[in-house]
Amino acid sequence: MTGGMMGKLSMDAIPLHQPIIMGAVGLMVVGGLGLVALITYFGFWRALWFDWMTSVDHKKIGIMYIVLALVMLLRGFADAIMMRTQQALASTGGAGYLPPEHFDQVFTAHGVIMIFFMAMPFIVGLMNIAMPLQIGARDVAFPYLNNLSFWLTAVGALLVNVSLGVGEFARTGWLAYPPLSEIAYSPGVGVDYYIWALQIAGIGTLLSGVNMITTILSMRAPGMTLMRMPIFSWTALCANMLIVAAFPILTATLAMLSLDRYLGMHFFTNDAGGNPMMYINLIWAWGHPEVYILILPCFGVFSEVIATFSGKPLFGYKSMVYATICITILSFVVWLHHFFTMGSGADVNAFFGITTMIISIPTGAKIFNWLFTMYRGRVRFTTPVLWTIGFMITFTIGGMTGVLMAVPPADYVLHNSLFLVAHFHNAIIGGVVFGCMAGFSYWFPKAFGFTLDERLGKISFWCWFVGFYIAFMPLYVLGLMGMTRRLDHLDNPVWHAYLVVAMCGALLIACGIAAQLAQIALSIRNRAALRDLTGDPWNGRTLEWAVASPPPPYNFARTPVVTTRDAYWEMKRRGVAHRPFAAYRPIHMPRNTGTGVLISGCAALMGFALIWHIWWLAIISFAAAISLAIIHSFDEDRDYYVSSDEVARDEDRYFEQLGSQA
Amino acid sequence: MHEPRGPFIATTAHGRAAGGAAHADVRSYLTGFLLSAVLTFIPFALVMSGTAPAATVIPICVALGVAQIIVHLVYFLHMDGSSGQTWNTAAFVFTFVVVAILVAGSLWVMYHLDTNMMPGMMPTG
Repeated sequence: MTGGMMGKLSMDAIPLHQPIIMGAVGLMVVGGLGLVALITYFGFWRALWFDWMTSVDHKKIGIMYIVLALVMLLRGFADAIMMRTQQALASTGGAGYLPPEHFDQVFTAHGVIMIFFMAMPFIVGLMNIAMPLQIGARDVAFPYLNNLSFWLTAVGALLVNVSLGVGEFARTGWLAYPPLSEIAYSPGVGVDYYIWALQIAGIGTLLSGVNMITTILSMRAPGMTLMRMPIFSWTALCANMLIVAAFPILTATLAMLSLDRYLGMHFFTNDAGGNPMMYINLIWAWGHPEVYILILPCFGVFSEVIATFSGKPLFGYKSMVYATICITILSFVVWLHHFFTMGSGADVNAFFGITTMIISIPTGAKIFNWLFTMYRGRVRFTTPVLWTIGFMITFTIGGMTGVLMAVPPADYVLHNSLFLVAHFHNAIIGGVVFGCMAGFSYWFPKAFGFTLDERLGKISFWCWFVGFYIAFMPLYVLGLMGMTRRLDHLDNPVWHAYLVVAMCGALLIACGIAAQLAQIALSIRNRAALRDLTGDPWNGRTLEWAVASPPPPYNFARTPVVTTRDAYWEMKRRGVAHRPFAAYRPIHMPRNTGTGVLISGCAALMGFALIWHIWWLAIISFAAAISLAIIHSFDEDRDYYVSSDEVARDEDRYFEQLGSQA
Repeated sequence: MHEPRGPFIATTAHGRAAGGAAHADVRSYLTGFLLSAVLTFIPFALVMSGTAPAATVIPICVALGVAQIIVHLVYFLHMDGSSGQTWNTAAFVFTFVVVAILVAGSLWVMYHLDTNMMPGMMPTG
């Protein structure tokens, strides 16, 4: 079939002879069909399309991002469990159940999914839900672009999952280092799936970054100066500046790799003047800021959570802001610590070792700010606070092992060992995952109008927290013993014992995830009892708690006027929060549009066609995507007014609820 | 701005729209397009003709690339010193710092890597 209408695609692409893959694909197909059947049964298609998929409401887009993140968490975690069981089974000389070429795809997919399609959508989702409300805005600056960004991200996730059933995924590790990722050593479609999934999702992320920066800089409520802005919005601003500065590097680097693979160029090949080391240099110039893109908003979440539940203003607000800005700049001068061992020599390594140690200082300052916020506060130990305290302990340990590896001679011993794997999971699970979970339980009532079940939330936290230590502390030891990462089988009875313990930890984390799913299901069932009628279930400090839960589409019936930090707390203190207005004005709102879904659909087809060299389809779908964007730009009928009667009705209902609580 | 001119843009913190500098006319876009085309054609012709040695062509390409960036900023993004917009300037300074760090850092790193790891493999001349 090669070279025909369908490019490289033929029936051979479907791995019918691999029972594990076909089992997973079967499960996904059955699950998908089940979902379609349920939606049809409940007649939910109309609502799904008109209220959700085409929605330009930042809160709904945020929810869709987080749904995507949770689904991809399950997929990425399935990969993690497979790796842990494989290594436990295959560490005494046996072969285990995963052949090497499959194991390699599993660890690549795990990394790609967890960073790009779990952590990133989760963070962007939280920013979407909370940030516009925190700054007193009606929506983001470019609502339609926001919808498009989400769907482009979803297309990236889709392509990664399609690779499971059609063809294969990359076997190169999550950053696809050349020369291994070059056509000579990875002739299959795996790396192409990797490239196009990340390119399409990357455009979504970049557009979202532009959108968020514009929103924060130009749509703050009157009186909300930058230094009165909630810390989460500050961290969102800095993270999005990092996105806009760093993601083009990823796009350009992957574009050069594509040129090597598709057009026979030699940017990163071994021969003809190519230089694979340049790829590693460039990919980490994006990769290290990416770490801070993920962690900065989580620092913001912890700041909001700890101030709210300690009943105190955040200790050291200004130092928190300056620490965030310092990290934003410094995150661009540490990238070489990912490849000390590549051989840049002593002076280059020393420079980047020292900058790496310096960047831990503002992070350390933040830890003290959170501790001093709790000091002498009346701390309420709710689920978000447990995640926050769990973070402070775990992330500090992860930070210290990071500073240890910032010493180049130590890194020569630990590079590519399980010590490194334990370190970055320590920082990413302890920092980003705990931060996402804290933000999820903190803002869930705002997004849905009812709180989450506390008991199951706490069970989930303890499973995750203890499970993390059982799963990753053995990996530190194994790393010091000399075990390298990504081994599909080995023969060492001493290491075997540690790997079995690590697998038990992963199973405990699985219990934590199960508890979270149960928590969501149970809370939906008990939503009447868990309802948040006031819009302010935690006695909050920032503006998102000043409106109903869930907020009306226009957020604020009247734009609030801000005079201090912790604006809502100040309103409550002065007794001016929740004052009904005598009259309302009509509110100008953007109309929903299906263009984002359609363009992303074309992008999905284009990506698939490029992966399989189906050139005619790639050209048609690319042209269609561009045409749709141009046609949409001529559409003048894209806004409407919410009438003052409707606003009054929404607000009256909210004040009735408030009254019933008083 | 292709988004509705509603409160999304109009109700800004400091009463200014998110667009930034003034929009230009067709003439300035055409000037920009012509300059960009010329600045693309020259390095392309230099490389494809192969008349000049690499040591001459590379610096010329870099210089014309920088000129290209400036043309885009002035004619397509309408940036000038007079717009008096703090955030435009701040964003530009941030971009400049990041690009400088990355370009200078990459040159430094790659020079050391090539000297240490690939002696004798660097293209000469």
